[in-house]
Amino acid sequence: MRCNCYIPSGCSISGMMSESGKRMDGNAIIRSIALMHDRGNGLGGGFAAYGIYPRHADQFAFHMMFDTKQAKKQCEEYLKDTFDIVLDEEIPTRPGGVFEEETSGKDAEYGARPITDPPILWRYFLDVPEEKTTFVTEDEYVVNKVMEINSKFDSAFVASSGKNMGAFKGVGYPEDIGMFYKLDEYKAYIWTAHSRFPTNTPGWWGGAHPFCLLDWSIVHNGEISSYGINKRYLETFGYKLELRTDTEVIAYLFDLLVRRHNLSVEIAAKALASPFWKDIDRMPDRERKITSAIRQVYGGALLNGPFSVILGHSRGMVGFNDRIKLRPMTCGRADDMLYMSSEESGIREIEPDLDEVWSPKAGTVVIGELHEEVQ
Amino acid sequence: MVMEIDCKGMYYKKLNKMIRDAIDKNETEFILHNINGQRYIGNGINEKIKITINGVPGNDLAMFMNGPSLIVNANGQDGLANTMNAGEIIVYGSAGDVLGYGMRGGKLLIRDNVGYRTGIHMKEYKKQVPVIIAGGVAGDFCGEYMAGGVLVLLGLDKDEDTPIAGDYLGTGMHGGVIYIRGEVEEHTLGKEVSVLELNDKDIKLLKKHLGEYCKHFGLDLEEVMSKPFIKLLPVSSRPYGNLYAY
Repeated sequence: MRCNCYIPSGCSISGMMSESGKRMDGNAIIRSIALMHDRGNGLGGGFAAYGIYPRHADQFAFHMMFDTKQAKKQCEEYLKDTFDIVLDEEIPTRPGGVFEEETSGKDAEYGARPITDPPILWRYFLDVPEEKTTFVTEDEYVVNKVMEINSKFDSAFVASSGKNMGAFKGVGYPEDIGMFYKLDEYKAYIWTAHSRFPTNTPGWWGGAHPFCLLDWSIVHNGEISSYGINKRYLETFGYKLELRTDTEVIAYLFDLLVRRHNLSVEIAAKALASPFWKDIDRMPDRERKITSAIRQVYGGALLNGPFSVILGHSRGMVGFNDRIKLRPMTCGRADDMLYMSSEESGIREIEPDLDEVWSPKAGTVVIGELHEEVQ
Repeated sequence: MVMEIDCKGMYYKKLNKMIRDAIDKNETEFILHNINGQRYIGNGINEKIKITINGVPGNDLAMFMNGPSLIVNANGQDGLANTMNAGEIIVYGSAGDVLGYGMRGGKLLIRDNVGYRTGIHMKEYKKQVPVIIAGGVAGDFCGEYMAGGVLVLLGLDKDEDTPIAGDYLGTGMHGGVIYIRGEVEEHTLGKEVSVLELNDKDIKLLKKHLGEYCKHFGLDLEEVMSKPFIKLLPVSSRPYGNLYAY
């Protein structure tokens, strides 16, 4: 798939969630990430949205990227063999669409850059045939197929594969990507966004954030310097890391720890951003035992390097930092809304009147949970 | 004359140019309304102007600033007063991470909390001594690699369980002084600092700076001074002097 290899650096992330399940269009999240325009460099932007496909809520929604028609054809043959395709259609786009408005973080004159050269963007709503799940669960089956597509097909990538959610990403500034994908026409109860400033991996459509698997999505500011260890660890569980970007490991680690190993999201985050041994030694007995056990068992899942991360999943949104806070994160609440952003101004831009605003302590998890059913 | 600017949706470059152009025409006072996220306000300005900022200013507020006085009626973001040389900033709220990074002079009065790495690499030279005072608590790595200046944490209105400073307090510190109103736990201290009691000179210095601080935020100096302070000083002025020497 096409690569743009510039090496200059930053990133920004933003997330918003209605804990009461109210669905909102994409305009607010676009404004929030646009405000932090200068943290990125136009080599990657993307969004995850939850609750966008209520009419197909029971099917796995595959957002696919293909470099060529040939690749699409080959991949479709494969999808036909492995799934029941309920519906397939082009992902609607607004070619040349840009975010034109000037904001305090974005220059009207120089900021907007139309999205060009997209791959073929297609979505498939898929049912898993019943006979395929005799020995594996539906989720497990889907994960295997996603890994197979990403590794076996040269020019085909799965951008997202969850139910009633989707990733919209590409090369460009996120606010322009948002207009390109017509996110103003979707309604979601969780939106996360990312603006990329790639430092040591290429800027390409499949390498933009969020990284998704099933209903997990990750947007990340920072750099996972333990990538090699995490990759080898995940490979022993059958994950295939094909997207040439460190962030991919975080999505798969949550899938492994929470879905497959049944840990809570809090405990999983504790494994990824584990306290230092000197701090574990000072914990009360029971907590020390649990934390030591997690660190020992999940040594291969420990993330090193600077990061602030927002995890999205169908029931909530989770934010956390590396243990010595080398990347920024501010959270805010207003009524039923939870916000997370690289900068406070990214939240104030869309909600000036916050009930509460705070910067979480490094290594602690901020959790948003769906309290009611999605409206 | 006071120049008032409605900054709603205005890109920071435009705003900062507007301020500079006005300074060239001898404007001395600015009130910025509807600020949200504009970066680099007050950067590198040498004139003794006054800027009132209504809203959350963007990162690197007052970087290389050399003289102005700033009032922020909101929280500050990251990198506030980066390498600032002279002037004064009063924040009616909290400040973000790396506050006063490499600060060389001037004064920061923060009403509430400060983030991670407050006063990192702060330095002083003869009479040029930067001062940071925070009314709340600080995150980890407070005073990291500090080479000079005065850093004060007051911990006013904090819960009993919240530590006044985070972990790695004064790690790598080799100059300057940190005053803390209350106690810190031994294990949170960097290896390069020791805890001392205040002497009369310290009290005098504190009273001078805190007097001013209390005036700005409507606090009672006596009440603030009624709780005992501790003082952190570096053990050595060259903690790593022998690191690469055989």
